[in-house]
Amino acid sequence: MIEIDAVTRCFGENTVLDNVSLVAEEGSFLALLGPSGCGKSTLLRLIAGLDDPDAGCVRIKGRDISGLSAVERNVAMVFQSYALYPHLSVAENIGLPLAMRELSRIDRSPLGRVFPASRQRRSDTQARVKKVAASVGISDLLDRKPGALSGGQKQRVALARALVRDPSVFLLDEPLSNLDAKLRVQMRAEIVALNRATGRTFIHVTHDQVEAMSMADRVAVMLGGRVAQFGTPRELYETPSSRDVAAFVGTHPITFVSGPKSGGLHPIFHGVGVPSPSGPVVIGIRPEHLTPAPQGPITGRLHNIEYQGAEVLLDVICDTGITLRATATGDWQPPTPGSEIHLACAPVHMHVFDADSGARLEAGHKGAASCA
Amino acid sequence: MRLSRKSRSVLTDIWLVGPATCAMIVLIFIPVIIVALMSFTDYQFGARSFNWVGWQNYIVMLTDPTARHAVTNTLVYAAIVIPASIFLGLIVALGLHHLALKTPRFASGLRAAYFLPVAATLVAMAVVWQMLLHPSLGLLNQLLAAMGQQGPAWLSDRGLVLYTLAVIGIWQSVGYNMVLFLAGLAAIPSDLYDAAELDGAGSGWNRFWTVTWPMLGPTTLFVTVITATGAFRVFETVATLTKGGPAFASDVLVYAMYREGFVYFKAGYSSALTIVFFLLVLLVTALKFGILEKKVHYK
Ligand SMILES: Nc1ncnc2c1ncn2[C@@H]1O[C@H](COP(=O)(O)OP(=O)(O)OP(=O)(O)O)[C@@H](O)[C@H]1O
Ligand SMILES: [Mg+2]
Repeated sequence: MIEIDAVTRCFGENTVLDNVSLVAEEGSFLALLGPSGCGKSTLLRLIAGLDDPDAGCVRIKGRDISGLSAVERNVAMVFQSYALYPHLSVAENIGLPLAMRELSRIDRSPLGRVFPASRQRRSDTQARVKKVAASVGISDLLDRKPGALSGGQKQRVALARALVRDPSVFLLDEPLSNLDAKLRVQMRAEIVALNRATGRTFIHVTHDQVEAMSMADRVAVMLGGRVAQFGTPRELYETPSSRDVAAFVGTHPITFVSGPKSGGLHPIFHGVGVPSPSGPVVIGIRPEHLTPAPQGPITGRLHNIEYQGAEVLLDVICDTGITLRATATGDWQPPTPGSEIHLACAPVHMHVFDADSGARLEAGHKGAASCA
Repeated sequence: MRLSRKSRSVLTDIWLVGPATCAMIVLIFIPVIIVALMSFTDYQFGARSFNWVGWQNYIVMLTDPTARHAVTNTLVYAAIVIPASIFLGLIVALGLHHLALKTPRFASGLRAAYFLPVAATLVAMAVVWQMLLHPSLGLLNQLLAAMGQQGPAWLSDRGLVLYTLAVIGIWQSVGYNMVLFLAGLAAIPSDLYDAAELDGAGSGWNRFWTVTWPMLGPTTLFVTVITATGAFRVFETVATLTKGGPAFASDVLVYAMYREGFVYFKAGYSSALTIVFFLLVLLVTALKFGILEKKVHYK
């Protein structure tokens, strides 16, 4: 179990991490999700022991590891840039953590080829390197230098270097960002399978919300150096805690509609059945939850159609000039653009946020009592 | 008429490399050929005729103790200056690189101080060295005297003079090597050091051999070639401080070349010396491009 307890990190005036607290259960898969520059890599470096927090602490298995070096923490990390040693072959790259930990200086030197005991230890580590290389499918690359590998192959080498010893935690810093779409989907599944197979805790950094949602048990959404929300992928999607989280999570960008300044819902939503809050609010509604329905309470004119095979994206302009995005299944027969169309949405899928703070108001389906 | 794509690109290539190649041929290759031919003659500057003498000039060079001295002195000088100034340049660069993380101001001041000998005119600096090393009035021997030691005659002792010149040579090239190494160090991605730390190679010694030294490979090769050619070319300090003396104890190839050619006007003999020098430098360059270049770029 890894606990990150109220960690703060500043670079000069710039507060990069602000009072961040997270918990990753033993063997779980935690994703850190956030836009570029929000402090994900900084947090990972703090966990790895490559950097120290200005305040707060990190605990592994209940033990404060502040004073421990990176080696003593026994974490393995796959770097955003892979950080392979260009002068070593793939096999030597993977074997380096073993050589540094388990072989003596004599074993590693050319003399190690001579002494029988050293030779035994060296061939042991080589056997382990071969085994790990086979498990990530790079057995035929062992003699190459990193300069002669593709991005995807380098990523596997970096992964193998992390896997070759048995660390307590795996830290992965955007390891899939350089891969093509197909390989990325494949590696996603492979990394999750590794998490299940090794039973170790994984912390995976990404700015791709699909990656975070599909791989992780729990996702921490980081925005501007703070944890905006920490929960299961389902919680993030169904009950985003703030407007910004709602905007960040989800395949299709969520549509926001501001209510009147005097308070309450925008008039187009009056028929949906969501109790009207008293203060000024913003409604967030995901395109996939807004669908054409003959008797739907929301009316507008069909403006634009985007056919995507499995589904159809619709842009609907309502009376007040507001554009809503809706989806229909791929076999839906659209009317001609410009004609009137009715849309429906379940009240449970309407997210109500405070207009000023952006915080979620539990107005939706539970009644407006909390904010009335 | 429209040229084909291929011939257009050939024309572009010629246009780009042509001028520099012409200049090289006129200013370097043709003179080298003339010098090579002259080394087989007894031509003297100003003479109206010359005779072909075959390998005579080279035989003299091998048998004449003065010429042999110039060659061995040059090699001894290079053997001291090359490793010492590379090693010191690296040490100073490593120190300054780390110092710059803590006290950037102080580090950049030191860097300027180390670079000064590179920027300064060596002839002017030689005067300063002469004053420092003067047997009785020089600062160095005054200091030694203050400590109750009798300082030697640094520039006029036959056994010592070459080493004194070597120290000056090192002093002169450490700064340049340091600047090159600093640039090399700055180009090493910090991720590699982080990876080394996690892999258990985080101690200073392991870090150096796992990351710093291999990543500095191309820089070290370049520094070596620059320092080596510089050491073989040593001239200014010899010409200003010792004139090759005493008794040829600090005579070196380029100074001998100058003396034979421009003082004794023995153009033929001087040409033969030049060719030997040329082959030495060529060897270093060939070594760089032929063998080592492949090893340091990790392809
Ligand atoms: N050593 C440093 N000195 C000063 N500022 C730093 C340092 N390291 C990071 N920062 C700043 O901290 C912020 C967060 O950086 P970080 O690398 O953690 O972002 P990230 O979330 O990993 O982004 P990306 O997705 O682009 O990798 C950035 O604004 C960056 O400029
Ligand atoms: Mg990052």
